[in-house]
Amino acid sequence: MNAPSTTHYPAAPTAQKLETHTLSVLVDNEPGVLARVIGLFAGRGYNIESLTVSETEHRQHLSLITIVTTGTPMVIEQIKHQLDRLVPVHHVVDMTLAGNAIERELAMVKVKGKGDNRVEALRLADAFRARVIDATTESFVFEITGATDKIEQFINLMLPLGLVEVARTGIAAIMRGPEGM
Amino acid sequence: MKGNVMTREMTGAEMVIQALADQNVEHVFGYPGGAVLPIYDAIFSQNQVRHILVRHEQGAVHAAEGYARSTGKVGCVLVTSGPGATNAVTGLTDALCDSIPIVCITGQVPTHLIGNDAFQECDTVGITRPCTKYNYLVKRIEDLPRVLHEAFHIASSGRPGPVVVDVPKDIQFAKGVYSKPKDFPHTGYKPKLKGDMDKIKQAIDLMAHAKRPLFYTGGGVVNSGKAACDLLRELVKLTGYPITSTLMGLGAFPAADPKWIGMLGMHGTLEANMAMHDCDVMICIGARFDDRITGRLDAFSPGSKKIHVDIDPSSINKNVKADVPIVGDCAHVLEDMIRLWRTGAIHPDKKSLQMWWTQIDNWRSRKSLAYRSSNDVIKPQYAIQRLYELTKDKDVYITTEVGQHQMWAAQFYGFQEPNRWMTSGGLGTMGYGLPASVGVQLAHPKSLVIDIAGEASVLMTMQELSTAVQYRLPIKIFILNNNYMGMVRQWQELLHGGRYAESYSEALPDFVKLAEAYHAHGIRCAKPADLDRAIKEMIAIDKPVLFDCVVDPKENCFPMIPSGRAHNEMLLGDAGVSAEDAITEEGKVMV
Repeated sequence: MNAPSTTHYPAAPTAQKLETHTLSVLVDNEPGVLARVIGLFAGRGYNIESLTVSETEHRQHLSLITIVTTGTPMVIEQIKHQLDRLVPVHHVVDMTLAGNAIERELAMVKVKGKGDNRVEALRLADAFRARVIDATTESFVFEITGATDKIEQFINLMLPLGLVEVARTGIAAIMRGPEGM
Repeated sequence: MKGNVMTREMTGAEMVIQALADQNVEHVFGYPGGAVLPIYDAIFSQNQVRHILVRHEQGAVHAAEGYARSTGKVGCVLVTSGPGATNAVTGLTDALCDSIPIVCITGQVPTHLIGNDAFQECDTVGITRPCTKYNYLVKRIEDLPRVLHEAFHIASSGRPGPVVVDVPKDIQFAKGVYSKPKDFPHTGYKPKLKGDMDKIKQAIDLMAHAKRPLFYTGGGVVNSGKAACDLLRELVKLTGYPITSTLMGLGAFPAADPKWIGMLGMHGTLEANMAMHDCDVMICIGARFDDRITGRLDAFSPGSKKIHVDIDPSSINKNVKADVPIVGDCAHVLEDMIRLWRTGAIHPDKKSLQMWWTQIDNWRSRKSLAYRSSNDVIKPQYAIQRLYELTKDKDVYITTEVGQHQMWAAQFYGFQEPNRWMTSGGLGTMGYGLPASVGVQLAHPKSLVIDIAGEASVLMTMQELSTAVQYRLPIKIFILNNNYMGMVRQWQELLHGGRYAESYSEALPDFVKLAEAYHAHGIRCAKPADLDRAIKEMIAIDKPVLFDCVVDPKENCFPMIPSGRAHNEMLLGDAGVSAEDAITEEGKVMV
């Protein structure tokens, strides 16, 4: 017997570069399907940055789940295969790899303030093409649609002007051009 | 059940049993309870499906696994709600890890009580979601026939696995129209069987020009069926390349063939692991690069091109990057490979192959499985060797528990045919072997079924001996009793400074008396000279036997790749042949 004196346990693997990908997952809209998808991410230690779900084809009971996730390229590939393996999953499309996808998000932004701040908020909202969907004498709720960075930028601008709270839908994505998934 | 129309009205409980019968289920392993009583009522009034009463629901699933793995059919389980379902979870997870087709019917409280914390209620579909291939909660009687048949289809196709069907009690009572199994146009679930032809051509091209090729095969070949095993044998014969296999793949290729270089991985042979490390083309068929196989990933077979055939795309590129990934069923892909090899006018580099075999024989000559024999105490390896010699000419099936005895069984029992070896590989479930042998013996009543066990493991599911006695299943439980949780003790010796925390099997029962208490037969053997006679006695007795084989408590299982080490960093026992030039420079430092 000639065991070395140092530990035989392995060192943790070294970190690799992370990437962010948007995945469109077409699923049967059946009870528990979202739990399966989320459980997969939780159980295998994957990240969810954003998640959007809604039934998109009522007649066939199909829902589209849009997930934004981060991981090494190998992990992202794993995620896609693991998703595809779930019985109620029809398609998994990596919108980031496909390269020509449009991504949009909707946010409702509540801002409270009076005087110059209130005027400035309204002006900026106009510049960002945000709509006023509720107003009181001391507040606005804006509705803004766009790519994530545009919404982030708008929220950052509202911060000093009296930002109260934000509700966001998460990302929906679709391919450009005539072809479907 | 009377009536023979394709569709007719019956209760949900009757549908469950009718569906099992229509799916050719002969045996269902189960345990009754409040929420499945209507189904048990349906069992009572028919004789197409035989119910086997186990003593614990975990035992039911393991028995169904043994049944499934030794026959290639779907194993079937019936348990009640709440504790019945939670007790089955270990078995379901085991079946998921080892890709065993199981359909498990669980009872559930009536639909109007679901979510009310009713008596014996648990969220069965929630609990079993991550440990099944798929699961259903049936809330409408109209869905029940479709779901039952779909469950069998999903469990047995593609990469097999366990499927749970949770049936509330009111659905069991409800009346509906039953329909026979047919093809279901399940749009989302279509396993791919044929491999991509371009990829298979690439693989054949790589194989044809290999200088140091190696087949690395796994449980996927066994799951693919007898045809896949025959095709594998043919391809190995055609190419003349060496072959190693994982724990789960044993028997797909005969251990007696000279091309066989033993099991690989943590307790694999030196020749198999060194060949993995040094090969230039690795042909992986139906295996999944598990951490017990690869050891340290960044030092895993650094110089090889890897061909990976698997039916599950998520197994490819999970741990190890494949150069030629082929998604498909082993039998289909092997068939294409053989055809291309035959028609391709391929001339492998004979000189390089000769050198490769010389190198492998060199590693073989170190006899990495050697151990120091003794006349005073039974060495566990010796016990397995004798068991093999005395049973190899019989129609024999082997199951195991988990630990040292399992690894010794894999190393020293030569498997020549598939479906003869039932072991818990992925999950490593102590207590698997005894109930599994119950399932195997039921499927093969005339065969010799042996559970090679450890004294710690076997106590985890000992109650199933009662099942074996009830159904007159003459299983042989061959316990390598070393008074320790042997593998735990070995790791503590090697990795934790010999501090044997809680690994001593204190207060063991007298296994001979225990056997008698169960109305089985007990044998104890502690001397090497008595072993052959005792094994022969065990084989001759036509009832369950508990064989207490008292072995050397200090023996370790070698060779061993400590977890996180590379294939050429094996620890060898002190009985092997030292041949300095049989190992690479890098390996010498460690070995």
